[in-house]
Amino acid sequence: MTGLRGKVAIVGAADTELGSVPHMSATQLCVDAALRAMADAGIEKKDIDGLITCNSMAQPYMYHAEAIAEYMQIFPRYCMSAGAGGGTTFSVLHHAASAIATGMADTILISMADSLRSGLSRDQAMAMQSSSGHAQFETPYGATVPAYYGLIAQAHMAQYGTRPEHFAEIAVACRHHASLNPGAQMREPITVDDVLNSRMIADPLHLLDCSLVSDGGAAIIMTRAERAGDFPHQPVYLLGAGEGYGHEHISQAHSLTTSAAVDSGRRAYEMAGLGPADMDFAQLYDCFTPTVLIELEDLGFCAKGEGGDFVQSGAIKLGGSIPVNTHGGLLSHCHPGNPGSMFALTEAVTQLRHGAGARQVAAAEVALLHAQGGIMSSHSSLILGRDRQ
Amino acid sequence: MNIDHSAKFIPRPTAETQHYWDGCAEGELRFQLCLSCGHRQLYPRLICTQCMGRELGWQAASGSGEIVSFSIVRRAVSSAYAPELPYVVALIKLTEGPTLMSNVVDCDVASVVVGQAVELLFESWTEDISVPKFRPVD
Repeated sequence: MTGLRGKVAIVGAADTELGSVPHMSATQLCVDAALRAMADAGIEKKDIDGLITCNSMAQPYMYHAEAIAEYMQIFPRYCMSAGAGGGTTFSVLHHAASAIATGMADTILISMADSLRSGLSRDQAMAMQSSSGHAQFETPYGATVPAYYGLIAQAHMAQYGTRPEHFAEIAVACRHHASLNPGAQMREPITVDDVLNSRMIADPLHLLDCSLVSDGGAAIIMTRAERAGDFPHQPVYLLGAGEGYGHEHISQAHSLTTSAAVDSGRRAYEMAGLGPADMDFAQLYDCFTPTVLIELEDLGFCAKGEGGDFVQSGAIKLGGSIPVNTHGGLLSHCHPGNPGSMFALTEAVTQLRHGAGARQVAAAEVALLHAQGGIMSSHSSLILGRDRQ
Repeated sequence: MNIDHSAKFIPRPTAETQHYWDGCAEGELRFQLCLSCGHRQLYPRLICTQCMGRELGWQAASGSGEIVSFSIVRRAVSSAYAPELPYVVALIKLTEGPTLMSNVVDCDVASVVVGQAVELLFESWTEDISVPKFRPVD
């Protein structure tokens, strides 16, 4: 079953200013990302007939994509606001691809941004994030989002002997990549000891095991593969896509240590006709360090339970067998909430165009991208490549 | 310690969970029992999660369970929870089978371990709402 394989290409991609951007509202960041991606693709708004956004926490609209279309004076034939949660950031790519493959749209702009750092107080941000828990059976107990992920980390430690030093390696690798990326928010290299000595947030997770809180946005332009050669840059083709769902609330998870990334990855690999060994780099959702460790296992880069040894081996750093989060990830590059994975996407495009400079993965041809939402609840995996075949 | 629960996230019962929360107010932790296949479950639902049956009864938990996993919150979710810092959020598997989230209280947080045996207690938060918590069994 080939489905969507090779049917669409990404022909424009761009990030906004990011990190601390108090002079731009979340809405402005979303529109700015769109304009930059359009410029990257060399197109005007008349060339766009589809729009996808996600709602903003700092500046929400009841119907977000519709509001952005109005702001930009675009009148699309395809318009969708993605549901909340990091995982849906990638699932929209196959929705967009299906729309293009079936003729419901031709050229779709996907733009997402938020202003979590400047647009929300710390208390507002905490309250919004903890509202993902079950109102009757989780939030009364005072859990924070780091605590939900702490449950996952603790279970992996108890079951497989994984240690905090293993999780810390992931933060170190992401920061190393960010140090090579002029656009990253945090660029000062860190060590495993730096991570372990940083303030404990929710055992076993320290401050440096947790992603950033940022302002920023990113956008891409997607169109039919047949016309991808008409644009200024090397096209990046969608080769595989898959979703997986195991639970919504962590207290209902069937397993704390194996996730539905197993399913989303398998589906994406099947569509692409490829496997983990074919990937040149991987952008893995890193809201907290343990998610990356589990994703490495569940997506087939190492055996279940061996994620700790794997991340200590050097495999996930540039030069290793599977560099992870070449831009620095949510941990060190930027995390504005729901749009976070968009930066993994624009980075993957930059890498596959061979435009990543000091952090370029040598001869990058194919990449796996993974996003998750909720608490390791909803999963989307994508495979992108330079070659349509 | 006399804790003010009034500003916490107080559970609001719905039609399908009212019986659960009534039980808590009476000092009883109730889970659902499927009358068709015998499956035991939480949270309460319209259907059995194992066989999709719609005939469900209730059973009172013995109160004993074990810690499936836990995390120690060092930064409170809101100021209402700050007086109890550091506090333990845990997943507890009841002896009868169902798993629920709760807090592990009345202990040194450093002593909490996965697999630890715990027993049920209730905290009275309002006139109508008591919340299940667990403490380590010696």
